[in-house]
Amino acid sequence: MMRFGIKAGLAAAIMAVGFSAAVSSPANAAGDAKHPAEMNWQFDGMFGTYDRNALRRGFQVYKEVCASCHSLNQIAFRNLSQEGGPEFSEAEVKAIAKEYLVEDGPDDYGDMFERDALPRDKFPSPYPNENAARAANGGAYPPDLSLITKARGGGADYIHALLSGYEEAPEGVEMRAGLYYNPYMAGGKIAMPVPLLEELVEYSDGTEATVEQMSMDVTHFLNWTAEPELEQRKSMGFMVLIYLTIFAGLMFFSMRKIWADLH
Amino acid sequence: MSGESTYNPSNGFTKWMDSRLPILRLAHDSFIDYPTPKNLNYWWTFGGILTFCLVTQIITGIILAMHYTPHVDFAFNSVEHIMRNVNYGWLIRYIHANGASMFFLAVYIHIFRGLYYGSYKAPREVLWILGVIIYLLMMAAAFLGYVLPWGQMSLWGATVITNLFGAIPLIGENVAIWLWGGYSIDNPTLNRFFSLHYLIPFLIFGVVILHIWALHVPGNNNPVGISVKGKQDTVPFHPYYTVKDGFALTVFIILFAYFIFFAPNVLGHADNYIQANPLVTPAHIVPEWYLLPFYAILRAVPDKLGGVALMFGAILILFLLPWLDTSKVRSARYRPLFRQFYALLVLDCLLLGYLGAQPAEGIYIVLARIGTVYYFAHFLVVLPVLGIVEKPKAVPESISEPVLGAQPAE
Amino acid sequence: MADEQNSAGDETNRRDFLYLATGAFAAIGAANIAWPLIHQMNPDASVKALASIEVDLSAIETGQSITVTWRGKPVFIRRRTQGEIAEARTVADTDLPDPQNDAERVQKDEWLVMVGICTHLGCVPLGQAGDFNGWFCPCHGSHYDTSGRIRKGPAPKNLEIPSYEFVGDSRIKIG
Repeated sequence: MMRFGIKAGLAAAIMAVGFSAAVSSPANAAGDAKHPAEMNWQFDGMFGTYDRNALRRGFQVYKEVCASCHSLNQIAFRNLSQEGGPEFSEAEVKAIAKEYLVEDGPDDYGDMFERDALPRDKFPSPYPNENAARAANGGAYPPDLSLITKARGGGADYIHALLSGYEEAPEGVEMRAGLYYNPYMAGGKIAMPVPLLEELVEYSDGTEATVEQMSMDVTHFLNWTAEPELEQRKSMGFMVLIYLTIFAGLMFFSMRKIWADLH
Repeated sequence: MSGESTYNPSNGFTKWMDSRLPILRLAHDSFIDYPTPKNLNYWWTFGGILTFCLVTQIITGIILAMHYTPHVDFAFNSVEHIMRNVNYGWLIRYIHANGASMFFLAVYIHIFRGLYYGSYKAPREVLWILGVIIYLLMMAAAFLGYVLPWGQMSLWGATVITNLFGAIPLIGENVAIWLWGGYSIDNPTLNRFFSLHYLIPFLIFGVVILHIWALHVPGNNNPVGISVKGKQDTVPFHPYYTVKDGFALTVFIILFAYFIFFAPNVLGHADNYIQANPLVTPAHIVPEWYLLPFYAILRAVPDKLGGVALMFGAILILFLLPWLDTSKVRSARYRPLFRQFYALLVLDCLLLGYLGAQPAEGIYIVLARIGTVYYFAHFLVVLPVLGIVEKPKAVPESISEPVLGAQPAE
Repeated sequence: MADEQNSAGDETNRRDFLYLATGAFAAIGAANIAWPLIHQMNPDASVKALASIEVDLSAIETGQSITVTWRGKPVFIRRRTQGEIAEARTVADTDLPDPQNDAERVQKDEWLVMVGICTHLGCVPLGQAGDFNGWFCPCHGSHYDTSGRIRKGPAPKNLEIPSYEFVGDSRIKIG
């Protein structure tokens, strides 16, 4: 028979979880930013996985559109071939890396030099440092995108809404030069001009490159750059919960047997 | 209860060991044959759960320290290195980060058990005081640890809290500079925070040993709050409570595993995935959830020094609890009026926790002030008065008495 | 009563099986937790990415050596002269503390690729030095020949040949 204690214990745990969810304040909660629509990503939920094709298309969008301003400095080229990601082949990764130049050195004369990137190198930044990035973008710093879906309270939903949600500024709202209206941005004004336009990218798998499609794909890709371990984490988690449930049952019945002789 | 040892070494090795260092005897008398009240409920399993939490944090922490670099230019990237490159690094990091939250969840349940059942009353005052010391050390360790990933919240949360020391009259600014090792939070601060964060769990471990020792002298309290009268009121700790603690721990780990594997960042703050930038202040600076009630109290007071005083006061007052509660009855089971105020205290603490995450303005500040006033009034006014005016219910003669015929001893 | 005794025996067996199953399950859990805690100390992905390097040999002249770093260790790459190759081929086994054919130590006769760590106690030998026209370790006086084999001194084994392959005429991948 469940004593009051156990019920209260469950209630306390549920309250703690709910309470914590209530107090985790998103990074963009300031002001009355429009709430991003809730999406059903394939990587959501207990059994979430990544869609390899979406990751590859998203990588193409990053490479051709975003990489001119945004760095991806936590990702090495070799990550593109590891399990749980876009899973390019080793040869494809070597070829992708070769398209980039990275700094190396010093050579025997003491000079730094540039060479073709290797799989073990990280993606090079579009700018040498933050100051250069700000100077090239009217004082605004295009953030690194490796962790962006974890670094914003709204997560992937927010990133997708932001990328695809640019609108005309409403009546009476003055936008100074260099700022654009986006209802999902806290304060409504964002320094990034509309990044995605219809057919901006020609997908190598032939998918139609609508704004919505490109936004979903690049968000999918960026969720992977932030959480490359997601598939392994969730599948391990499922096995762990099964194991713990069985073990809890075994412990419970052992406990009953041991306590049975008390009356 | 500290009585006669019942240990009987049976083989050559155990006899040899016992005559040289009776550690096996100590383990036997403390955790195997130790007479424990037979009516303990699940609220009593949290001591064991807390030990598990401490050991988990120490093991995962030592492993993380093998891969972490405590320098402002490398710290953030070293944590990402752990998440992406180290074998199972993501798992160990998520265990450690969520383990801190689970540690505090367990300690709050453990404290509130003590508050409800009068476990702080004579002769367990020192046990209670040692517990408050452990709690303070836990908060220090958690605060220091949160700085180490060197995210925006790490830097700015630490800036806010260390700036409070500047409020101390006369010497405040020098104290802040001494803590920082500079004129603001920078590399010297990060380095020393890493050292202290590594140290404190071992201090906690030492105080926990004293805490268990102080418990074993009078013996455990129990849900009816009546002292053990004899062997009929107790069972040996093993196997009765080893298996019960084991079951409760397993259920606790199920909740822990859910967070680690399916919601590893929900208890944290998104801003901490942005590298620390001393030139950009986040829109809302908030500590981790388990420190929110104190943050609410701090911001409720309009005066900076006053806020600091009341924030620390809120913990220091716990040291006085054994003497503030004047009731002769231990367990809230027999104190109906006390139970109502206890419920108010619980709601008050939850409210303060919620308010700690809101902007410090408008209705939130008003409620935080009310909540702070009630918190102190509960300990300074309600508890002393209750002991005098309350009419407690009839307290049973012994532990065995109310159990017979009612519910199974679970 | 036989029945009561039997059922008491069954009770014990059932109880013991339960405890056995619980204990076994706990052990499985413990092993599964222990493995990540141990494996995390094994080389991580970024270290393993550096596990092999490619070296461009085109700039190396005959009679010239370079040293590259591979897995944190020095690797000597020497483009041997005809004279050095001939010397290496005309050594009797009895003169070699660690007998090995020069042909077994190279893939192309010209190119000698060896880990530059003395097999005695780990110092880095000096090139084109010593009594055998090869390498000489100054720490304890080990002499290696033009094939990197130990000839004189305390080192027990020849200089190690790492696993490598030619990827193109003048490019090798080590490791």
